[in-house]
Amino acid sequence: MSAGGSGPASATATPDRTPSRKVDVCVVGAGPAGALAANRLADRGHEVVVLEAGPRFDRDERRERMERAIRPAHGTHSVWDMGGERDAYTSSGEWFYPLNVARVKGVGGSTLHWQGMVMRLHESDFERHTRDGVGADWPLDYADLRPYYAEAERALGVAGASDNPFAPPRENPHPMPAFPPSYSDSIFAEACEEAGVAMHSVPNARNSEARDGRSECVGFGTCQPVCPSGAKYSADYTVEAAESKGVRVLDRVPVQRLETTDGGDRVGAAIYATSDGEEHRQEARQFVLAAGGVETPRLLLLSRSADHPDGLANSSDAVGRYFMEHLFAGTGGRLDRPTRQNHVGFITSESHQFYDNDFEGVGPIKLEFLNYAGPSPVEQALTADEWGDDLLDSLRDSYGTHIAMGGLVGQLPRADNRITLDPSTTDDHGNPVPDVQWSLDDRTRRSLTKTNDIQTRVFDELGADVEWTVGPDNTGPAYHHMGTTRMGDDSDESVVDPRLRTHDVSNLTVASSSVFVTSGAMNPTLTIAALALKAADHVDDDL
Amino acid sequence: MELTRRDALAALAGAGILAGGGAAALARDGFREGTDPGSEGAPERAETERVVDALVVVARGVYPSAVENVGSFVETYAATKLDSRPDFRTGATETLDALDAEARITFDARFDELGPAEGETVLRRVGAETAEPDPGGTTAERIRYYYVNEVLFALYTSPTGGELVGIENPQGHPGGTDSYQRGPER
Repeated sequence: MSAGGSGPASATATPDRTPSRKVDVCVVGAGPAGALAANRLADRGHEVVVLEAGPRFDRDERRERMERAIRPAHGTHSVWDMGGERDAYTSSGEWFYPLNVARVKGVGGSTLHWQGMVMRLHESDFERHTRDGVGADWPLDYADLRPYYAEAERALGVAGASDNPFAPPRENPHPMPAFPPSYSDSIFAEACEEAGVAMHSVPNARNSEARDGRSECVGFGTCQPVCPSGAKYSADYTVEAAESKGVRVLDRVPVQRLETTDGGDRVGAAIYATSDGEEHRQEARQFVLAAGGVETPRLLLLSRSADHPDGLANSSDAVGRYFMEHLFAGTGGRLDRPTRQNHVGFITSESHQFYDNDFEGVGPIKLEFLNYAGPSPVEQALTADEWGDDLLDSLRDSYGTHIAMGGLVGQLPRADNRITLDPSTTDDHGNPVPDVQWSLDDRTRRSLTKTNDIQTRVFDELGADVEWTVGPDNTGPAYHHMGTTRMGDDSDESVVDPRLRTHDVSNLTVASSSVFVTSGAMNPTLTIAALALKAADHVDDDL
Repeated sequence: MELTRRDALAALAGAGILAGGGAAALARDGFREGTDPGSEGAPERAETERVVDALVVVARGVYPSAVENVGSFVETYAATKLDSRPDFRTGATETLDALDAEARITFDARFDELGPAEGETVLRRVGAETAEPDPGGTTAERIRYYYVNEVLFALYTSPTGGELVGIENPQGHPGGTDSYQRGPER
């Protein structure tokens, strides 16, 4: 039951954004971690309020958002209304970080614009220091997370197959069959066999058949940044389920700070703002921070007090530190035959053969075989300086024979890669904005070079003309924010314990990629989901 | 290659104008009929008709010569879009004044009265060919956005427009998940 205020707002009524009376759990953030934690806690009979900084998007507007994504006039930020004073940030590190391209604020969070790739981390990712002498070990291992991974796959709806010989062990098949390989994959298959590279399917959080009231994929081809059909999982669907169980979700209520009680040992209230400039106090017995790898540490730093002078839960000085990203490596070119690209916006084959590699000084490598190499004809047409038959000739020349591989490698955790507060710039509520300080280490550069080497081997076998390479000198982030409230047993070196509760504050839990100790090279959302479900179990135990 | 009613429906569906079996709601179906000049809303309807006619002129100028049935396709697509997106209709209507002004200077006629070659001449003279599309930009940028890119978006997100290039399920069209698996021989 809702503990006060209103339930889900109708499209026309002004929602009630006043606080509920003291509830069992207050969750900050309505992305995948917050949504899954809230939904599970509702299943366990608890009263839950979710506070979300961004808006509740109308699902009927998704096709219009897709048009914005395709048409060049609107810009990347406009698809999900990012940017402006609300989302101000700075980037003072060695490498500029394009933060607002990398996230969405709103009910559903960044799953609204994500690609939807959902792999489990490997056993090795939890033991990076023990195995390789670099980074750190997690205070839990794959076996601890394994049941939660299975639950997360069911919760998101994952289409996958058990044909990946390099994946960690699993008991049951994926909830849905994998998407079949593409024609482009079949071209790669011959070359990969010659090059000694094993291919296998990709687990996708995308319906390969109708499921959970959502359609199967219908092939709009714009998965990232928007899926108009709803076949791709986004966390607003979990929010909807949670609301049907009585969870109260308030949108457009950015949390300004957390206030502590009991000499700083417990959080008493989340102070949130509404658009009229008023501040409100939401009290709860337990608090779950699920605001992503940037806003989560920022909120802790904004919550400094006499009891927590360096920021809440920051006695270790680790809040905001160890920011990690995945870096992209890619190779692309053209063949002398059709490759049939850009029919769909997701990939159907990968290789994890080089993930647990024995290359000297190189981290895990994930290889991808792209189904969207080369320009999309409609996007090219809309930016062309010609039209009529000339344009059609150019489109025909550009489309059809491109082929490309991608890949991800992960950074090691380094204390000087971090999120801090920049008091020289403030957001729309006068709070210091996050400053991203980010650079690349030599091991990451070596891993990118090694990835390019493998890709070149495949392209040599293809007989393709290589037209571009993205490697250590021109790489970019995959928009996966990790590590900024790292997990550990030692309260001097970490922010949360293996139960995802902060060492310093007894009723404050973090559900986010911010607790990752190492990055691995797998897209992080399935691990975020698994950790959120685990966090919810522990919060339930404590209530 | 002939553009069909299905292409217009597909382009509209892709843009979020129509969902499901929305064919019956197409504004083009009779949008010119029963227009009493004195009736309520008649001036707005007349303006909309002029914008639709202007979009047809633009399409005939910028579509490849292999495309047939341009008028019917664009009328079906544009009338429905203008009907369902008031902001777009306002922007396109205001921008039409600039096209008319250039058309009067060059051909002593309104833009929507021009033939394809004349229309293309006007578009080139205002700089629409090389302008960046921007609904709030310069005259050339607004013409590029509301007229040139509007009809190009409609064409190249439709199945027939995609097939002209060699892709039967172009981005923006919900063509299913079979085509990506098929080879060029099909």
